Amino acid sequence: MPDPLPSSEHRYGRRGFLLLVAGGASSLLWAGPISSFLSPLTSAGSQLVGNLFPVGGWRIYTISGSMPIFDPASWRLEVGGLVKRPRTLTYDQLTALPRAEQTSTFHCVTGWTVKNVHWTGVRFQQLFDLVQPLPSATAVRFVSMERPYDDSLTLEQLRLPDAMLALELDHQPLSRPHGAPARVILPEMYGYKGVKWLTKMEFVAKQPRGFWEQHGYDQNAWVGRSNGYGS
Amino acid sequence: MATAPDVRRLPRFSRTERALHWVHASAFFVLLGSGLCLYLPSLAQLVGRRPLLKDIHVYTALAWLVALALVILAGDRRRLLADAREIDVFDDDDLGWLRRRGNPQGRFNAGQKINVIVTAALAFLFTLTGFFLWYGERNHAFRLQNALVVHDWLMYISFFLVLGHLYLSLVHRSTRHSLSGITRGWVREAWALKHHAKWAAQASPDD
Repeated sequence: MPDPLPSSEHRYGRRGFLLLVAGGASSLLWAGPISSFLSPLTSAGSQLVGNLFPVGGWRIYTISGSMPIFDPASWRLEVGGLVKRPRTLTYDQLTALPRAEQTSTFHCVTGWTVKNVHWTGVRFQQLFDLVQPLPSATAVRFVSMERPYDDSLTLEQLRLPDAMLALELDHQPLSRPHGAPARVILPEMYGYKGVKWLTKMEFVAKQPRGFWEQHGYDQNAWVGRSNGYGS
Repeated sequence: MATAPDVRRLPRFSRTERALHWVHASAFFVLLGSGLCLYLPSLAQLVGRRPLLKDIHVYTALAWLVALALVILAGDRRRLLADAREIDVFDDDDLGWLRRRGNPQGRFNAGQKINVIVTAALAFLFTLTGFFLWYGERNHAFRLQNALVVHDWLMYISFFLVLGHLYLSLVHRSTRHSLSGITRGWVREAWALKHHAKWAAQASPDD
């Protein structure tokens, strides 16, 4: 037992330390809901200061510091390259294609995860049927309205059952932070492979290195098996 | 002839205390730098090489913990224990000083005591959440959804705490002489009498 202190002295130090540790450790249980609760604030803040903060479990990243604005009247999705029938789709034409839905987990390479995300969109096979890739095409380069953000996936990867060109998130059209009007989703890979604010799909013979690959990230960003994870 | 108080030196921090401070400080900046390069897209884009940065972050954290343990094991533990006791106890002068009444202070003023307490708690929580982030990748039973959020919050808190610490120790005119205590180990007696009067009155000069 420590010696009793004079009445003018108080052992506040260890009490304060233990309270901080207890509060901090317990936040492992409540930090998520608080973070979601604060999301309108952090979302507004994130657009101002380069998207540093989490938004309802998500973190919104941009490479240029500002998010592209989607105008349904002028936006087009150009689908071309090594295809028989290149097409330029309006938003209405894209949304008129047969829809698919899925609920999947979204993994970011920085370590955060959002579970049970409901996506609605178009399977890539629908687009393949529309433009008819040539036999020499092996991959698709996806180009964002946010320049110079691009990335690519192989045709084989795009035929995985849960690869999708997403148009809705949790039953709502994609918001600006989530890549309105269309973004690529492949749940087996980290999010940087899923180009947001999509404006162009180019079928190519050889898979090119995208924006993040040119900065040392893995081409095949399998969750748990790339970028230093599980290695 | 007695030396004047503005020249006389009072030994403030021992080698063990200084080693503990600098191990902590240097590791913090490496961890902050590598962590931000993993966390902020603008820096991730500038630096790239994510697996290397991740290794730097994880191994620096490990080296930091080992170095802290070594300093404690090989250093002057009695002195560190005395520091801990001193920081634990807040007297009426400390409470008055926090209310900006200018009460005389001991070797650590009340603000420094709070800084040490908060820093120790942050170190513990960084280690705890960092462990869950690291081990959660290997064993998904330990993958806690909120560990990353808390780790990031701790970063923001410690970042602003360090900014204040740097301001007082490097910029603010009346307090920046304290840097001498944590680098050279001594401070001028005249400065100590002004800022840490209760301790300076009892301390023996170095000369």
